[in-house]
Amino acid sequence: MLPFLLRRLFWFVVTLWVVVTISFFLMRQVRGGPFDGERSLNEAIERNIQARYHLDWPQWKQYLQYVGPFNLDSDGPELLGGDGTDPFTGVLVGDFGPSFKYRDFTVNDIIGQSLPVSVSLGLIALMWALSLGLTAGVASALWRGSKTDVLLRLLATGGIALPNFTVAGFLVIFFVFLVPLLPVAGYGSWRHLVLPGFALGAPFAAYIARLTRTGMLEVLSQDYIRTAHAKGLPPRLVILRHAIKGGILPVVSYLGPATAGILTGSLVIERIFAIPGTGSHFVNSALNRDYTLAMGVTILYTVLVYTLNALVDFAYTLLDPRISMEES
Amino acid sequence: MALLEVRDLSVRFDTHHGSIRAVEGVSFELEEGETLGIVGESGSGKSVTNLAILGLVPQPPGVIEAGSVRYAGRELFELSPRELAALRGDELSMIFQDPMTSLNPLLTVGEQLAEVLEVHRGMGRRAARRPCAAALGDVGIPEPESRLDQYPHELSGGMRQRVMIAMALLCDPKVLIADEPTTALDVTIQAQILELLGDLQRKHGTAIVLITHDLGVVAGMSDRVQVMYAGRVVETAATGDLFARPRHPYTAGLLASVPRLSGEGSGSLRSIPGQPPDLADLPQGCAFAPRCELVTESCRGAAPPLVDAEDPDARGQRAVACPEWRRLAETTSTAGGER
Amino acid sequence: MGRASRASGAMRWDLGGRELEALAAEAERFRGESLWQDAWRRLKANRTAWWSLLFLALFGGAALLAPLLPIPSPVHLDLQLEPQPPVPPWELFGESGFEPEYWELSFLDEVLVDLRVAIFGEWQTGPWLGTDGKGRDILSRIVWGSRTSILVALAAALCSLAIGVTYGALAGYLGGRVDNLMMRVVDILYSIPFIFLVIFLITVVNEYRTELEDGYGIDRETVFYVVIGAVYWLTMARVVRGQVLSLRNSEFIEAARVLGASTARILFTHLVPNVLSIVIVYLTLTIPAVMLFEAFLSFLGLGIEPPKVSWGLLAVDGSEMVNPVRIYWWLVVFPAGAMGATLLALNLLGDGLRDALDPKLRGKD
Repeated sequence: MLPFLLRRLFWFVVTLWVVVTISFFLMRQVRGGPFDGERSLNEAIERNIQARYHLDWPQWKQYLQYVGPFNLDSDGPELLGGDGTDPFTGVLVGDFGPSFKYRDFTVNDIIGQSLPVSVSLGLIALMWALSLGLTAGVASALWRGSKTDVLLRLLATGGIALPNFTVAGFLVIFFVFLVPLLPVAGYGSWRHLVLPGFALGAPFAAYIARLTRTGMLEVLSQDYIRTAHAKGLPPRLVILRHAIKGGILPVVSYLGPATAGILTGSLVIERIFAIPGTGSHFVNSALNRDYTLAMGVTILYTVLVYTLNALVDFAYTLLDPRISMEES
Repeated sequence: MALLEVRDLSVRFDTHHGSIRAVEGVSFELEEGETLGIVGESGSGKSVTNLAILGLVPQPPGVIEAGSVRYAGRELFELSPRELAALRGDELSMIFQDPMTSLNPLLTVGEQLAEVLEVHRGMGRRAARRPCAAALGDVGIPEPESRLDQYPHELSGGMRQRVMIAMALLCDPKVLIADEPTTALDVTIQAQILELLGDLQRKHGTAIVLITHDLGVVAGMSDRVQVMYAGRVVETAATGDLFARPRHPYTAGLLASVPRLSGEGSGSLRSIPGQPPDLADLPQGCAFAPRCELVTESCRGAAPPLVDAEDPDARGQRAVACPEWRRLAETTSTAGGER
Repeated sequence: MGRASRASGAMRWDLGGRELEALAAEAERFRGESLWQDAWRRLKANRTAWWSLLFLALFGGAALLAPLLPIPSPVHLDLQLEPQPPVPPWELFGESGFEPEYWELSFLDEVLVDLRVAIFGEWQTGPWLGTDGKGRDILSRIVWGSRTSILVALAAALCSLAIGVTYGALAGYLGGRVDNLMMRVVDILYSIPFIFLVIFLITVVNEYRTELEDGYGIDRETVFYVVIGAVYWLTMARVVRGQVLSLRNSEFIEAARVLGASTARILFTHLVPNVLSIVIVYLTLTIPAVMLFEAFLSFLGLGIEPPKVSWGLLAVDGSEMVNPVRIYWWLVVFPAGAMGATLLALNLLGDGLRDALDPKLRGKD
């Protein structure tokens, strides 16, 4: 188990480093800096700001400073943290620096505020996806060929065929205007997350339904199911004990890409439903050239996705005794 | 009254390619404690017959057209699914060809064994552990206790088949149907498994239906043999009689195609000319006619029924489905010396 | 030989000369089906997949011939009007007043437009599906939008195919350490949240758009295709590599080698067809993903730009007009319907193709 963890950790660091480096330099290739949108400033003030945020340094130096934890500032003002007190120590120790756009906040603050919201949204989306998908998939497989099966399959294939903001549009029209049940925008209680969660999770529910159906059908055609029947097990036991375990395995593998997709989709959904999560911050930061915030969110998402994938792989080895951890 | 009586069983499969008559008018009887060998090629219907007995034929696309199966006097086709399931694994057991795919890879050996006792004897998991370990020991698996917590992929092919046998015999069934139990195993392991089956039969008095395509297997183990071709029974006899004096051209062909290490020198390998029949497109008369050396016009007209093959030396019932069996009897008795 | 043994009275089933001929004749009768014939037959038998194929062909045809169809211009603005609800064809079949306004069209398209004017004159269909907030006809925008969306999807999918198949086949065929390394790279790239890099990339490209266009003739869309293709090649590479790996060591390749087939022959007659089938299936499943991705990017303002129209943009327009005062349902329902139906058809076709081409299912219904 230890070699497994160490190997994962190693590649995690490599991946993270690649992401940070590419994003850092990519952002800075774009013309225009974070402060171009401001009212025109006089030269001296502009120089000051540039210096304060180390934007006058050569890029490689900015990069090293960003990664930290050294403070390369031998002379000149130290880059201060958002609240103007502690100096910026660099990403390696978890300090994402001040937001270039929201001058009074550090990136850590912003992420800290918005992340719980996004995580809740993501979890609700995942719950929708799993509950709808698994039930539909199992039902489809058990009553294969029936009208229920055909209907469920059509719904499932349809769920993958629409962009999530269209689904969101339909939901809003229906549940907010026609049948006013749920709030449409903002964030205050769990009720605000029901519709957005569904819109976000729907395409994944559809895919999970298809995977489950295929997985179950595959399992049900195996010889060991015939053996289970031959032993005299009642059908209920055959399905619950022998079939479902194997049938669900493909879904477990899918959870990794699914959560990544949910994170991606949240960018759009948060905008539509005006939910103050990290997703909306990301898009804005990319457009505003708020380097640190954009980097911070990117790093955050990379960490999340990687950790989730590792967890999923680990869970898979626990579920399927044929796979050893070395192989995964 | 025999322990298991199958009468005129017919099973058909409806597929895209047409209707496949997998089993046609098959009958046989199994007495307590005896071993019946059912021999045939792939597609001869030998497996489907036995799956139908246990109610394991998937009912679409399969259709049980006709026939009756009586076990200990009870008509199995009239039982409810629940009653039938109660018999399966308890009094009527079946083991299958490929032990790797026939065991659930995600459950331990112990779990798969214990659930038989759970369902049929109401035992809890803990209580079942001892009998399960004992059963594994009976089939010759060393260190049975530790095996209970292993997964099927951690055992060798021979051991897995032993596990399957143990699983089938846990409730001391009266009838064990073994569908090609040794086909997927190495030759040396084959012999061991057959020996094991023989020992267990002697110990428990189980009646065994041994399904195989391998004449060698049948010769060693069974009391009586039934030969099937294209879904029909073409010959039945006591084992010794069948090998000594085959009455159906197909049986004769099968026996002749077994390569011999001793005896006459070289010569090419013998085989039965032609191809196995397409079950969706069977000829009107005898299904073997296209490949038979003794074929006559009447053979092609209608499928020949099973008739008594008068054999004064027979050690049991003898029947054959060939109108020309007398001609065959003459040629084999003339060539008897060569055997 | 056969006759002689029969004369001696014993039953012998020797393979003499006569039997060999009979056997050869028999083998002729049992001529097997090739993979493609079998697959085509099964595809035709699969009703949903077949109808999907027809539907897609129809749609594709309409998209191709869009300039020829007597529909209004998709960009003709009429800013005074609110979105107009749909007017069914039996109420207003058509009207005159056609203005051939488009963005820059290719030569062929211009010819088709001229042809259309020659045939239909000033007549155009009525607002059967309504108009949007800028007075543009929805039906026309859907048809023209399909062109862009399909083009983007095809180009990006082919792009990802080119990169992915080459990479995957190479990795699978070379095997060993090289394969390991190549797949490691794929794994790393896989865990990068690509969406962010894409957004970065497109933002970067936007900045240099004028230079790229004037200097190299690369417009935003080309970059778009390449970027999307660059995102989707990973899965294709993995799949192809897996297939090549398993095929490389399979028994029939060994058999071919034993029979003396050259490497090239092995590659072309054995590997390629088997890999091709899985590639086709994945292609039909990548295209919907790309279309959705394009819609996503358009939503964020990074996709297709006006005056060009794509389904993604239409979907975005529709969702922006959702408000509690007036429900302009036709702005959401019709584009969503078109997109949904097409993607549904693509998915169903992909499923059908997979079922038809899966060799494991061959002959085993």
